[in-house]
Amino acid sequence: MLEITNLHTSYGKTPILRDVDVRVDEGEIVGIMGKNGVGKTTLVKAVIGLLEADEGTIRFDGDEVTDDPADSRARRGIGYIPQGRDVFPELTVEENLRMGETINESNGDLQYEAVYDYFPVLEERREQDAGTMSGGQQQMLAIGRALIGNPDLLLLDEPSEGVQPSIVQDVTRDLERVNEELGTTILFVEQNLHVVQNLAERCYAIDKGTIVDELGSDRLESREAVTEYLAV
Amino acid sequence: MAGIELLNFGFEFVEVFAFIVLATVGLAVIFGMMGIINLAHGEFILVGAYATTFAFAAGLPLPLAMLTGVVITAVFGLVLERFIIRHLYGRLLDSMVVTWGISLVMIQLVRIAFGNSAPGVGIPFGQLPVVDGPVYYLVLATIAVGVLGGLYALFAWTDFGVRARATMQDEETARSMGVDTDRMYMATFGIGSGLAGFAGALYAPVMTITPEYGTGFLVEAFVAVVVGGSSVIVGTILASGFLGSVNAAFTNLAGTFMGQVAMLVAAIVAIRLMPDGITGLLADWRENRGESR
Repeated sequence: MLEITNLHTSYGKTPILRDVDVRVDEGEIVGIMGKNGVGKTTLVKAVIGLLEADEGTIRFDGDEVTDDPADSRARRGIGYIPQGRDVFPELTVEENLRMGETINESNGDLQYEAVYDYFPVLEERREQDAGTMSGGQQQMLAIGRALIGNPDLLLLDEPSEGVQPSIVQDVTRDLERVNEELGTTILFVEQNLHVVQNLAERCYAIDKGTIVDELGSDRLESREAVTEYLAV
Repeated sequence: MAGIELLNFGFEFVEVFAFIVLATVGLAVIFGMMGIINLAHGEFILVGAYATTFAFAAGLPLPLAMLTGVVITAVFGLVLERFIIRHLYGRLLDSMVVTWGISLVMIQLVRIAFGNSAPGVGIPFGQLPVVDGPVYYLVLATIAVGVLGGLYALFAWTDFGVRARATMQDEETARSMGVDTDRMYMATFGIGSGLAGFAGALYAPVMTITPEYGTGFLVEAFVAVVVGGSSVIVGTILASGFLGSVNAAFTNLAGTFMGQVAMLVAAIVAIRLMPDGITGLLADWRENRGESR
């Protein structure tokens, strides 16, 4: 589904990612964990196409997309949920969801009712401006917005950031449900121990811009193995 | 007598309101949606007027000549956006200097190419029976209301409108949702340009067309955009209504010159009291109301 090979990325002249190799198979939930400032967000932005690769390749669904702009990658089927949600604050909840319809041109869109089934609060607040909702509700909206387009790959940048712990558990459960029921492949970056252990089937560890380890489900169960790469 | 005065005031208001709305909407779309202060706005209006008057002189019926004016101005705007304006997004001062330069160059080019005046277009529809003024001003007012309604429908109800507003709020996120934001900016600039051309075309029958034609619209357009605030449609309606009322009242009492002076004084007071415009004040009021609940 997604194959990142020898990826190098930089901000101006400052290199951030070096020689990154990541592979995500269809239907998997894969995490990328690491502390603050190690290149997690940079990696996600490079995958969706908001940052250019200096070197290396990104292949999605068998096609090379390394030089494609972000809008083209979204239309191919990558749904992106940015860090801090980045909902459109002055659009209503329903208008925000409508924005997701552009994602994945080849699949039909999900029915709004299906998204409301995952996140009932969105239906209750469909006419409300998104900027007036709580952090947790905005996170649900950001996920719902990406889901409307029925993406093949859901890309999440720290879904737990700025969200209260009880809501984080709900969001984690919802993402598992999406993966099971819709078959959506999920790649997320995270530094929250709970989310990494409960959501990921497999996880890469990133440090100083490079992948330093890969943990399977057995090692993910061990708190010590995971916390080694997180600021816990 | 009072009835006639009231009718005169109403007619004056309708005339000024339509003028401010039509002069402003193109500028308001480009500024409100894209953050570009287009100092060449008057010259976009000029393009619309010249294209209309020459198309009319070439034998096209007036509505078709006006449509030609709108299309040529929209295409002109699209070309300008493609080669110059798109490099200026997020650079407010640079965009002002560049569009001012474009304005100066265009005025001189028009003077060189067409001389100091263009062929006239007669005012259609004749005179009103009771009030001293042409029927055409009522047509302009109807069109102004139609333009506002059309813009509201476009930006509030269509996919294009939702995507355009999303792009203006957060371009990066809109792009990552699959929106071709470059095309969105281009289309929005084209719409703003076309609306400016529409103003030029509509006023071609009632104003003398010279290379400085566009400057006759600039004061009202910029004052209305600033007084209206960031919301394109609501800001334009409220500012046009407010400024139009002041202008019409003082024009009736003391003549056209005093009407203009009173409108500008009212604008200065409004900007002093509402730095973010009328819609900024309304937004603050709504926010405070929400917090106090």
